[in-house]
Amino acid sequence: MQHSVSIRDLSLNFGSVKVLETLNLDIEQGEFIVLLGPSGCGKSTLLNCIAGLLDVSAGQIFIGGKNVTWMEPKDRGIGMVFQSYALYPQMTVERNLSFGLRVSGMKKDEIERRVARAAEILQIEPLLGRKPANLSGGQRQRVAIGRALVRDVDVFLFDEPLSNLDAKLRSDLRVEIKRLHQRLKNTMIYVTHDQIEALTLADRIAIMKNGVIQQLADPHTIYNKPVNLYVAGFIGSPSMNFIEGTLDGSSFTAEDGTVIPVATYDFADKAKATGKAVLGVRPEHILLGDDAAKMPYSLEVEIEIVEPMGSDTLAWTTIAGRPVTFRAASDVHLEAGQKLVVGFDPARGSFFSSETTNRL
Amino acid sequence: MADTAVYKEEGAGIAGQRGFLRKTFLHNMPAKIAALPMVATVLVVFVGCTLWTVYYSFTNSRLLPTGKFVGFEQYERLFATSRWNISVTNLISYGAMSLVLTLTLGFLLAVLMDQKIRFESAFRTIMLYPFALSFIVTGLVWQWIMNPTLGLQGTFRNLGWTGFTFDWIANPRMVLFALLIAGLWQGVGFCMVLMLAGLRGVDDEIWKAARIDGIPTWRTYVSIVLPMMRGVLVTAVVLIGSGIVRLYDLVVALTNGGPGISSEVPAKYVYNYMFSGGNIGQGLAAATMMLLTVIIIMVPWAYLEFGGKGRRS
Amino acid sequence: MSQTAIMAGAAPETGTGTAVEPRGPRPKPFFTPRKIIIYSVLILFSFYFLFPLYVMIATSFKTMPEIRFGNIFALPQQINFDAWVRAWTSVCTGLTCEGLSPGFWNSVKITIPSTIVSIFIAAVNGYALVNWRFKGSEIFFAILIFGSFIPYQVFLYPLVMITRELRIFGTLQAVILVHTIFGMPILTLLFRNYFASLPQELFKAARVDGAGFWRIFFEIMLPMSLPIFVVALILQVTGIWNDFLFGVVFAGTQNYPMTVQLNNIVNSAQGSPEYNVNMAATVLTGLVPLIIYFVSGKLFVRGVAAGAVKG
Repeated sequence: MQHSVSIRDLSLNFGSVKVLETLNLDIEQGEFIVLLGPSGCGKSTLLNCIAGLLDVSAGQIFIGGKNVTWMEPKDRGIGMVFQSYALYPQMTVERNLSFGLRVSGMKKDEIERRVARAAEILQIEPLLGRKPANLSGGQRQRVAIGRALVRDVDVFLFDEPLSNLDAKLRSDLRVEIKRLHQRLKNTMIYVTHDQIEALTLADRIAIMKNGVIQQLADPHTIYNKPVNLYVAGFIGSPSMNFIEGTLDGSSFTAEDGTVIPVATYDFADKAKATGKAVLGVRPEHILLGDDAAKMPYSLEVEIEIVEPMGSDTLAWTTIAGRPVTFRAASDVHLEAGQKLVVGFDPARGSFFSSETTNRL
Repeated sequence: MADTAVYKEEGAGIAGQRGFLRKTFLHNMPAKIAALPMVATVLVVFVGCTLWTVYYSFTNSRLLPTGKFVGFEQYERLFATSRWNISVTNLISYGAMSLVLTLTLGFLLAVLMDQKIRFESAFRTIMLYPFALSFIVTGLVWQWIMNPTLGLQGTFRNLGWTGFTFDWIANPRMVLFALLIAGLWQGVGFCMVLMLAGLRGVDDEIWKAARIDGIPTWRTYVSIVLPMMRGVLVTAVVLIGSGIVRLYDLVVALTNGGPGISSEVPAKYVYNYMFSGGNIGQGLAAATMMLLTVIIIMVPWAYLEFGGKGRRS
Repeated sequence: MSQTAIMAGAAPETGTGTAVEPRGPRPKPFFTPRKIIIYSVLILFSFYFLFPLYVMIATSFKTMPEIRFGNIFALPQQINFDAWVRAWTSVCTGLTCEGLSPGFWNSVKITIPSTIVSIFIAAVNGYALVNWRFKGSEIFFAILIFGSFIPYQVFLYPLVMITRELRIFGTLQAVILVHTIFGMPILTLLFRNYFASLPQELFKAARVDGAGFWRIFFEIMLPMSLPIFVVALILQVTGIWNDFLFGVVFAGTQNYPMTVQLNNIVNSAQGSPEYNVNMAATVLTGLVPLIIYFVSGKLFVRGVAAGAVKG
């Protein structure tokens, strides 16, 4: 099958600084890919390379099966939405949508048809006569999406499109982008540093660090089976608990001597499951009360700090000499100083080699 | 309002008990004392002297300012004087050409400088250095270059191009263009720096969006970027404009108003009547006319810039 | 593929058989029509801007016969400092014939105190306007800025009368006073904007600690304001050095600054003009601002731009 977007051995250097390193990525037709990472990881740079706004240092880019490595952005069959919206301030919404088409010399009735369709999809018909200065942030972002829409292209690029909006609007527009994707079935490449956006929107997430894709997988796999310590720590809020220790095949001995049985854990290669390792457990995988007792590993702990979050409650304690957080339903009463039994199944956690930081 | 908040914090505790006088006058006293030079300058010079000038322009003061009120007599004489009328015409023609050319060339050069060129800082240094020089220096250099016998004209004629003519400085019909060459030489670099700052202030993503839309570079500059630079353009017009009204040193050095009175300007008229013509009333009337011109330019600008802010954003 | 036309100039690479496969950076020819136009226009303008500087310097090293029979483009046949010496020591500047050196020292005597006084007052103004506003302070500032656009001619005669009353007309004090007055708007704006950009918490913290107006100014604000002082310094030194009008009106014949004396040398000369001496004198007068310009570089640009940014 032909890929919608294909990136082959892509590298980009600014002088001697390597921003992207021999990067490969294949994106299927109609797929929603999110590039996720902290600032400076190269995710926006990669998007700009795909758009043709940055010249690559090596490698190739294919869009719709065509080699577009040397093509101008306008010829690549892409539309792009920016963080600052980048609307032309002195033009009306209608002109913002149509300006590119007019410049390209498209027929008037075709332009009108496309603008009307985009306005209908995004429900911005009442705004067509207004200027960007008279629009709210959310409306501006819709217009910016509309400008990509009228180009009638197969691939949409989003560069942190929701970062300038407040939290409420952000979640509204997030849903709307998802709805748009379901309706249009275009390929979408979406850059963000917000893991909630990534987890909710993506078919697949590419987590990037220092110009290299760490893991490319669906949100479920990324969350539950992170390939290395970096991904494990980056995804999830509150973040995963880490306990350092040593593996010897059937059990894991933490640094303070606590022994945790690992028989249930599904190692990729059991033979290599020895030596220094890190055990990662997500806060919601630590259970309490009767559930805890049924777990392969349980113990009594003292609660140190309680953070009620509304929908649930977060508690801090110490396991195997390490600070550990766990989640409890909001109707469970917890308070600092209280002693209770908690437990977890190492099978739902992750082991990483201390040496390579990779998943075992 | 913010000001009161700053010292009320203290006022509540200390001055609350110490009476009304201290509260109104002595509070913030060091600041008021420190601002005295500014207050004095504003009241005595910018307000006082302006009113004085306007008032005495209605008197028949000659060698010394006297109180004899003569109504608009000085102004009638002013507009009956061909030297004044030539000065005004000159200022309008020179001003229009200078404003348009400075802005166009400044913008053009700024656009060229914005093309990720090599040696950008060298080019900028070259274009801006005349702005650091005195108008007197500028005027005298160009006076020498445009000297008909030994300057450019003489040189080209000696080289065998006998028909070459470049006598603008000595030609009453062309002398304003001579002034223009020198004026642009000094001012274009400044305008370029302003415009370049304006161009660099445009959001990078606007440029990216335009490239994705397939809008040609020149079209992006004209249709998108230029309208976005309204603030910088207005500032440039106001600064260049107020410089033009003030035009004096350059004329004194380059042509001294000549040949004849063909390159006289209002500022020079004022100076001559006040300090060498011994007709103070006449000079003050001319100065008042200059003031009027500036007010006519400034008021719409001030309105647009500060009064109309609500509508703009 | 449709890209073959663009690739015509590219080096051959491993291809798919029929056409070269685009790979890596876009081929960028060294010469494109666009680049050629950009650089030729810039270079053309550079000639326009540099030509007077060249002529000024070249002429000042020539002898009079060389000027009369040579051409304005030619380099001097030999470096000849006679004109410079004459311009500095013995050319007539109106009534006296002592060259430009007295004018130079007059300019120094005017520039140094004017710069110091005007910057100090403006810094205090800006500080008071930002941190110690009092009733009407913003109005005074607005008039100050508006006043800076009014032509000097409007204030000239009343100021002559005021300085006469103060018995300083025709002295250095009068010029210094006038420069302080007319430097105030732009410098106050400069300092006001700068102090406003500093974190206000700093000022508030100092007030809570009990520091007063002057203590905060000298111990907290001034040490943080070095960059803006340098900008103001550049602005004032070049501006005051280049002034002509105030010098000619207020300084008195004894104290004429360099610009006034330079103009006298060239435009009130008796007898046949000595162009080489004129140009040497012109270079000498332009030297101080030029040195400041070349040494300060970006700071000068910042000063220029600062004057344009509205508060």
